[in-house]
Amino acid sequence: MTDSSIMRSGLTLAAIAAICTALVAFTYQLTDERIAANEQAWLEQSLQPALSGLFFDSGISDSIVTIPAPHELPGSDDAIIYRVYSGESPAAALFVVSARDGYAGAIRMLVGVAIDGKVTGVHVLEHSETPGLGDLIESNKTDWVRQFDDRSLGDPVVGNWKIKRDGGEFDQLTGASVTPRAVVKAIRETLEYFDANSAAIFSAAADAADEGPE
Amino acid sequence: MKTPALVDRFKTGLWYENPGLVQLLGLCPLLAVTSTLVNGLGLGIATLAVLVMSNALVSATRHWIRRDIRIPIYVLIIASLVTCTELVFKAWFPALDRSLGIFIPLIVTNCAIVARAEIFASRSPIGSSIVDGIVMGTGFALLLIAIGAFREFVAMGWLLAILPPGAFFSLAIAIAAKNAIDERHREAHGNAMPRRSRQVNR
Repeated sequence: MTDSSIMRSGLTLAAIAAICTALVAFTYQLTDERIAANEQAWLEQSLQPALSGLFFDSGISDSIVTIPAPHELPGSDDAIIYRVYSGESPAAALFVVSARDGYAGAIRMLVGVAIDGKVTGVHVLEHSETPGLGDLIESNKTDWVRQFDDRSLGDPVVGNWKIKRDGGEFDQLTGASVTPRAVVKAIRETLEYFDANSAAIFSAAADAADEGPE
Repeated sequence: MKTPALVDRFKTGLWYENPGLVQLLGLCPLLAVTSTLVNGLGLGIATLAVLVMSNALVSATRHWIRRDIRIPIYVLIIASLVTCTELVFKAWFPALDRSLGIFIPLIVTNCAIVARAEIFASRSPIGSSIVDGIVMGTGFALLLIAIGAFREFVAMGWLLAILPPGAFFSLAIAIAAKNAIDERHREAHGNAMPRRSRQVNR
């Protein structure tokens, strides 16, 4: 190939690349907003299980607060809190936390806490507990996590936020006590955190709002 | 180059040279996503759209493109079109997009598309190339839909149909059925039918 033909090939490639890039950029512009809205809707749909029974009329994930590690919530990663509003007033907070003292690795879960301090729902997102034993904490396998609904720090008293085997009030799972123990502890710690910080969580609105989409 | 009548073009794409049944191109998505009718339909439409657009673009640019750089250019065109299609699916059919997952971006690797660019669109006028994209894409999409529907239906009584081996069985049944029909037709009408792998007009 001569120099000029290499040059011509290069220029053709560059021109086609520019046209293709423009095409993709144009489509991106066209679809960007809808895609963001869809992802938002999907996220909210996945957050539903932890909000059972709670009435709200705002977009859930509109206002996200990230609490950088280290913090007093369970887990060593940054904690994420979704704030849920009913009208203008705070209705609940959804915590994404990790119970780290499970049988195998972290148990990532969603803990919903209503503004009055009651649990709205718990939903296990991911874990690597023993199949058939520890994995019964998943809400599509058993109703085990439902026993926390509407419980709060006074109900039962903090000293009884334990599984029955440890002298507490909550059912364990047959053959697995490490996993339920870790989950109960993580929920209790989340409630304690909410109790101490709920005002701060909802007043962080101004500075955190610009991080979320619109 | 002669332009066969539209009906013949459709017969070619849907039957005699069906990309999936005869040319056996694009088998990876064909086997992977056809577990339900809706999945087959979704990927079929996405592939059809990419094929029509890539044929049109390859044909429109065919006079500027030197032979030695044609393959990178096809790759560039097809990859951009697939990205656009993926964005459109994410925006307007999010549920379908989640269910098809990686197989929408993987349309890039569907050799049926680059094959049509190389065999047909790079040597044909733009209108004819668009028709080729439509017939070949429709042939592929109908096969995806048929296999998806078949597997979803059979899986109600026979779970294996929905599992990966079921895809191979279903495709084998489809190809066997096509060959049987061709065979019977040949016996009835002598050799009047075009041969199985007729040379593509160029």
